[in-house]
Amino acid sequence: MNKARRSPLNTAAAHAILLTYTLIALFPVFVIVINSFKTRKAIFREPLALPSSETFSTIGYETVFKQGDFFLYFQNSMIVTVCSLFFILLFGAMAAFALAEYRFKGNTLMGLYLALGIMIPIRIGTVAILEMMVATGLVNTLMALILVYTAQGLPLAVFILSEFMKQVSDDLKNAGRIDGLSEYTIFFRLVVPLVRPAMATVAVFNMIPIWNDLWFPLILAPAEATKTLTLGSQVFIGQFVTDWNAVLSALSMAILPVMILYVIFSRQLIRGITSGAVK
Amino acid sequence: MSEPRSSRIRWHVLVFLAPAVIVYTAVMIFPLFNTLRLALFTEIEQQRVFVGLQNFKTLFGDAIWSEQFWNALGNNFWFFFIHMIVQNPIGVLLAAILSHPRLRFAHLYRSAIFIPTILSFVIVGFAWKLILSPIWGIAPSMLDAVGLKSLYAPWLGKEEYALTTLALVSVWQFVGIPMMLIYAALLSIPEEILEAGECDGITGMSAFWKIKLPLILPSIGIISILTFVGNFNAFDLIYAAQGALAGPDFSTDILGTFLYRTFFGFQLQLGDPHMGSAIATAMFVIILIGVCIYLFGIQTRLRRYQF
Repeated sequence: MNKARRSPLNTAAAHAILLTYTLIALFPVFVIVINSFKTRKAIFREPLALPSSETFSTIGYETVFKQGDFFLYFQNSMIVTVCSLFFILLFGAMAAFALAEYRFKGNTLMGLYLALGIMIPIRIGTVAILEMMVATGLVNTLMALILVYTAQGLPLAVFILSEFMKQVSDDLKNAGRIDGLSEYTIFFRLVVPLVRPAMATVAVFNMIPIWNDLWFPLILAPAEATKTLTLGSQVFIGQFVTDWNAVLSALSMAILPVMILYVIFSRQLIRGITSGAVK
Repeated sequence: MSEPRSSRIRWHVLVFLAPAVIVYTAVMIFPLFNTLRLALFTEIEQQRVFVGLQNFKTLFGDAIWSEQFWNALGNNFWFFFIHMIVQNPIGVLLAAILSHPRLRFAHLYRSAIFIPTILSFVIVGFAWKLILSPIWGIAPSMLDAVGLKSLYAPWLGKEEYALTTLALVSVWQFVGIPMMLIYAALLSIPEEILEAGECDGITGMSAFWKIKLPLILPSIGIISILTFVGNFNAFDLIYAAQGALAGPDFSTDILGTFLYRTFFGFQLQLGDPHMGSAIATAMFVIILIGVCIYLFGIQTRLRRYQF
């Protein structure tokens, strides 16, 4: 520790910079949320004031609940995200176990093949994906989205999980084999519980992009019954663009679920990013 | 790696691999190559006809198409350039400050600065559209408060500013990621190295430039390639803020929005999956070139230090 790193002036400057940037980062969210609780007049007259007893109004939220089917959208997003994460983790862990545990012909090649998708975005193949979904009748079903997100998440999941599976002790697995456990039991009973932290990291990494994606819902499932929350709020805001109360309320409602998820998972997320980078 | 020696087919290996390989191949790899293949076809009287490289000739040769393509590509490079020169320095600065030992509230700042990254493009696009809007007047009144009102312009509505503004909004959204990655890299620098530097009289700022910065270069390399791939298939933010026409007058059009309009159709324009495939192929080639430059040109030169 040298003196420069300790001096109070430097510390004050550091806090000043961080505080400024924190304000920049939070300001738009703050403005949107406080104005969603105000009357139309107050939104325009004093956009930066907190809602007071005179200016408080929930008219925007009433419009949103009357006009948009946000519960359905929310439910769709939930189903898509949870199912995709489930398949990414299950299939990803199984493949990672096979690559990390068994020596077989083409092991390295298979690993490289699965890793290809880490760098190449799945969106490039959209034209053929849409054609395939039309041919199989999966357009406008949540299944189409789940399949696409599972495929999109698998490469990184296999890559990260196989790193962790290599660290699981061989003695443990061999002890299981001597006790007559099948390879499946060894995987589900012994290995999966040990790599659970890594699986949580993979889940958190995949959760946010899937929840926020606009491209695939727009192209593969734009029907009213299958709209996700992201697409639903995009369409709603586009229709109500002149109704500022409704737009601000819809934005706040779209922010809410992500913020709740973030508060729950932020430690996992930040630990995941930082530990992944050290490697 | 313990295996019972047997020549039988080990079914469990197949069972473990099959689901991932099947889904990945069917939904990702196969459509990817099928898209590249579709770029060689066109539709004549509802029949799919092989036309070789005709679509690419149209894309690069026909004035209407090539003008749009080069416009989108140029915009995309500008979008990436703004990210590189704004996002990385801010990320490094924030991470360097956050990594100070015994800085109070560090985790609080970190979590708060990361919040925009978790929001969807739709929220970010509209929120900034409203804030910068001349109708609402938040941006002009705030500039007025610091005496800079003359600087205000309806940035998103002006051709010369719109793209840069959106790039900066995107930087605002994603600065959390470089900050986190560089923060992690800085924390992994062992104290002994810094102390050795101090013995040689390298402290404070010069310690940062001479010791820390070279050690975090690999992280900056990773961030750059992630940004590159992300930017060259970006779509959502532009679509949410400016619509599929990427206005004003296509000044914010990037490859993602160009692909969407071409293959899905928009308003009066009919969708053309084959021209769409041709654009997707061009995007694939660009991303591939970028990744190869990184893997073979940059990553091998940046020595990774193992402690």
